[in-house]
Amino acid sequence: MTTADPYVLRLKRASTPRQKIGTTAWYIAVIAVSITTVFPLIWTIVTSLKPEGEILSSSLQIWPDQPTLENYVKAWTSVPFGRYFFNSTFLAVAGVVLNIFFGSLAGYAFARLRFRGKRVLFGTLLSSLMIPGIVTMVPTFLVLRRFPFAGGNDLFGQGGMGFINSYWAIILPGAAGAFAVFFMRQFFASMPEELAEAARIDGASEFRIFAQIYMPLAKAGAAVLGILTFQAGWNSFMWPLIVLSDRDMLTVQVGLAAFKTEHTTDYGPLMAGTVIVSLPVLLIFVLAQRYIIEGVAHVGSK
Amino acid sequence: MTTIQPTAVSADAMDVATASAKTPARRRDRHSRPFRKPQPQEIWGWIFVLVPMLLFLTFVIIPVVMAVVLSFTDYAVIGDAAWVGLENYRRIAGDPIFLLALRNTAIYTLMFVPLGVAVSLGTALLLNRNSRAVKLFRTFFYIPVVASTVATATIWYWLLNPQSGLFNIVLGWFGINGPAWLYDSKWAMTAIVLMSVWSGFGTNMLIYLGGLQGIARELYEAVRIDGANAWQTFRYITIPGLSRTTFLISTLLIIGAFQVFDQAYLLTKGGPGNSTLTVVYYIYNQGFGGLKMGYASALSFVLFLIIAVFSLINFKLTSRSQS
Repeated sequence: MTTADPYVLRLKRASTPRQKIGTTAWYIAVIAVSITTVFPLIWTIVTSLKPEGEILSSSLQIWPDQPTLENYVKAWTSVPFGRYFFNSTFLAVAGVVLNIFFGSLAGYAFARLRFRGKRVLFGTLLSSLMIPGIVTMVPTFLVLRRFPFAGGNDLFGQGGMGFINSYWAIILPGAAGAFAVFFMRQFFASMPEELAEAARIDGASEFRIFAQIYMPLAKAGAAVLGILTFQAGWNSFMWPLIVLSDRDMLTVQVGLAAFKTEHTTDYGPLMAGTVIVSLPVLLIFVLAQRYIIEGVAHVGSK
Repeated sequence: MTTIQPTAVSADAMDVATASAKTPARRRDRHSRPFRKPQPQEIWGWIFVLVPMLLFLTFVIIPVVMAVVLSFTDYAVIGDAAWVGLENYRRIAGDPIFLLALRNTAIYTLMFVPLGVAVSLGTALLLNRNSRAVKLFRTFFYIPVVASTVATATIWYWLLNPQSGLFNIVLGWFGINGPAWLYDSKWAMTAIVLMSVWSGFGTNMLIYLGGLQGIARELYEAVRIDGANAWQTFRYITIPGLSRTTFLISTLLIIGAFQVFDQAYLLTKGGPGNSTLTVVYYIYNQGFGGLKMGYASALSFVLFLIIAVFSLINFKLTSRSQS
């Protein structure tokens, strides 16, 4: 890792021999890091295309002698990935829609409306971000299991399984994350107050002011929140592992983990499954990488 | 990010605003006019936050309170719960498996946090350069973040294969006989640390990049005129200029490190010989495997306390290095 002076690096073009050496060294360094980050993924794809005989014997060979899709067929048929895909997509999309909706509503109220209790509520919400997730895990499970009238439960939460093993067990606890509210609040807080005052004089309701004036201005922020929420939802593992155990309810991540336990040495189908599971997020990343990278940097600067 | 495009709506609204500003008298007493009721923000504010706050109450506030109560009981899902006072906490202090898990987690944290900071800072310094190629490499560096821990673990499971895995093949080129990694209790945790750094550094690298761009150029110019070399510039300008960013990143890494679970669950199931059993993994086993939810709650509070203490130490350290 070079610790070169960033100011010198920022100078325009390499002209002196010393700077030329610096530029060459820089390219060598960044290419070396890129190889460590990108090559394992390429190797995964290559392995997934190799027939069984080639995988262990010539594992380093960069292109298979006889490329095949048999690993994909094997992965897809031995595990109901189609069903898992539906579950994961449904849960991730529901998370995106609900977080954008509730995050915007509450974020807007905290940023732009005056009402009693606002400071206390927002303060509590913010400080909850510092509680490690593990503290609420066991009790949240119990809340979902004992939810009145859900999943065969009576008024006192007895008798059934509540929301456990249903989509609600994922959707409800994550529907209005403190992060989503905080994230959207930052956007609304940076907008001018005059727009609302003018509309109020025109007699617009507070909901219309939110929906028709401020929300369109926060579209970019909502898009970033949506992308980050989708990735987090699609990739989440521990919570789905805990609350979903019915074979038809599994998500792609839990399904892949189970597949890995059952086929410990079947590297071909394992790598094929990995590619299948990663495809949606990789695709979104390629399409929206500018928003993602700027969004992460934006969150970090807060 | 936050640039607001002047749309047709806002342009119209601005017209109205200026028009009304010309007649301040009318504007001031608009609340008293009979034909236009005032919009009570008080009520709307509560309507807007109602559902999110109910969810927050149900899935954060109530669980936190429940966790406190549960930790003083022997609740085990089946049967009634009895109040046991501090018994759970007393048991934790003498629980050899918890102490082992805590030791493993501490080892993980001590390796993961410094390495995570160093790699994300190093890569950010590399990318803090005025070149068109930066964007491309930034994307390449960030790619591991996109993959899930399950996908990453599956890939690394293959990379770390003792015979045909990439790690040991490359080590073999240099005449090094690589260890069995995940099957070796001495190396399994190191492998998990390496994987975690690889899969997560991209995010912190971006945060560091933002921090680097926030350091005033004049400072660099000033020390350059004073004849400072690259190391001195880095030590006396870059490091202090990034102290807030470093604090943020190290805090996030500490909180994450103490809660490590996915990687250990997926790669080694806590083995071999419990060498990668982490605290959260132990809580998971106790709470959801053994259904000892009272004990699991007490364990999670102890972990919470440990995280808080380490975050505080980190705060003291970073604030001292600042002055």
